[in-house]
Amino acid sequence: MITAWDRVTLAREIERPKALDYIENIFDDFMELHGDRNFGDDKSIIGGIAYLDAMPVTIIGEQKGKNARENIERNFGMPNPEGYRKALRLMKQAEKFGRPIITFIDTPGAYPGIGAEERGQGEAIARNMLEMSQLKVPIICIVIGEGSSGGALAIAVGDRIIMLENAVYSILSPEGFASILYKDASKAKEAAENMKITAKDLKNLNIIDKIIKEPESGAQNDFSAVIAELKQYIITSINDLEKLSKEELIENRYQKFRMMGK
Amino acid sequence: MVIDKIKKVNKQEKIVKNEKASDRMIGKWVKCDNCKEILYKEEVHNNLSVCPICGKHFRLSARRRIKQIADEGTFQEIGSEILTKDPLHFEGYLKKVEALKEKTKIEEAVKCGICKINGEDAILAVMDGNFMMGSMGSAVGERITLAIETSIEKRLPLIIFCVSGGARMQEGIVSLMQMAKTSAALAKHNEAGLLYISVLTDPTTGGVTASFASLGDIILAEPDSLIGFAGPRVIEQTIRQQLPEGFEKSEFLLEHGFIDKIVERKDMKNVLYQLIKLHKN
Ligand SMILES: [Zn+2]
Repeated sequence: MITAWDRVTLAREIERPKALDYIENIFDDFMELHGDRNFGDDKSIIGGIAYLDAMPVTIIGEQKGKNARENIERNFGMPNPEGYRKALRLMKQAEKFGRPIITFIDTPGAYPGIGAEERGQGEAIARNMLEMSQLKVPIICIVIGEGSSGGALAIAVGDRIIMLENAVYSILSPEGFASILYKDASKAKEAAENMKITAKDLKNLNIIDKIIKEPESGAQNDFSAVIAELKQYIITSINDLEKLSKEELIENRYQKFRMMGK
Repeated sequence: MVIDKIKKVNKQEKIVKNEKASDRMIGKWVKCDNCKEILYKEEVHNNLSVCPICGKHFRLSARRRIKQIADEGTFQEIGSEILTKDPLHFEGYLKKVEALKEKTKIEEAVKCGICKINGEDAILAVMDGNFMMGSMGSAVGERITLAIETSIEKRLPLIIFCVSGGARMQEGIVSLMQMAKTSAALAKHNEAGLLYISVLTDPTTGGVTASFASLGDIILAEPDSLIGFAGPRVIEQTIRQQLPEGFEKSEFLLEHGFIDKIVERKDMKNVLYQLIKLHKN
């Protein structure tokens, strides 16, 4: 049987498809847009515009590298505040032009650094959640690899929350969790089982809406099937959501998160 | 200003120094972790739990905080029926909560209610660091959200005193989602054009910093409080270098533009009152 820890390992594999792989295979004519108009351009979060079939959309994604050099460039997918602020800028732009938003979540967490604190990492994450809860366009969020802590949630407040079957979504990495609760980071495996972080766990907890199947060996081993199912679900979801009035869309999104932990 | 403070405390200092070594009365004494003076507990409590010698603001229970902020007898609790849940069935969690309830005489890490502040109506939520380090699980998220929604319904200003180690580990992903829930409720509050004052006290970190704590129309902080997203230890481990003096303290956040004002405890109630009054109508 595949354990929660096995999935953590799969979710972190360097060969695992990253946000840009999904973007290239699901959308057409992706154009990346840069910068938060305030401080800089964070390469651990990419954003831009593209077509989903004929429909213009805005895409946000946490991007890990596919090799050591890329990972350094992408800061291992750990955004700084300017990354979240770039995401927010592009999401507000999407709202202005009535474009649905699709976000890809894949991060070990928001970057814990001096500069990140100096520039308000907490504020950036909080602001994104507040703003996303009120955006007047459909938002589809997909956890494709590691969805860890507030760094993941900062781009994951949406109308549909999707997880790849081998993705994990958690309050903290199992290592961090183990070092806090068991005072021993090497108990990460045990932590992973108890934390309820797999797609199936999150579906049972009513946190996510949909699990996209993938091979036990990882999405890269049958990527076209993964893409086909995911793309279909995104399209169906957006079509359903576009039938709602803006008020209904926002109220449903509010109630979705309102029910969590009630 | 510093000299004033020293003059003011001179009298108390004498008393304290004379009796400092009295082991017999240890239950009545407390050592200031900043200036290391041994202080008479009652004296500290009468001074709003601020060190009379060095001005260090000690951590406050929700009960004491409410007493300092709400007009006497006006605080009516809301959401007290919302209790700890155990969505992960995490081993030992509820047992620990029961033991803590017994010890602290409080039921969860936040107390919310409606009260008057110098006669002005307000919704007041006060976190309590004695209860699992003020961590936010479903009960805290629910209580805070209920306070926000009540504030919208009654069109009253909202004040949240934050103290928290972050999201509560034992409730896993459900704790994480409380960040989204409270932030979404504040978005509604914001749309309704109502005032939200967030007050950050020592320590405010993690998921609370990354949600309602950072979303005030006005953000106040007590002096010398630790405030940040990632805690200093995590950052040190990540970057493998020593952090600058005063990193993640209130004064650091003020310097970097993330809080509006540092307010000493003795002035807090009046500052809140002034802000509520100015925003009335
Ligand atoms: Zn002192």
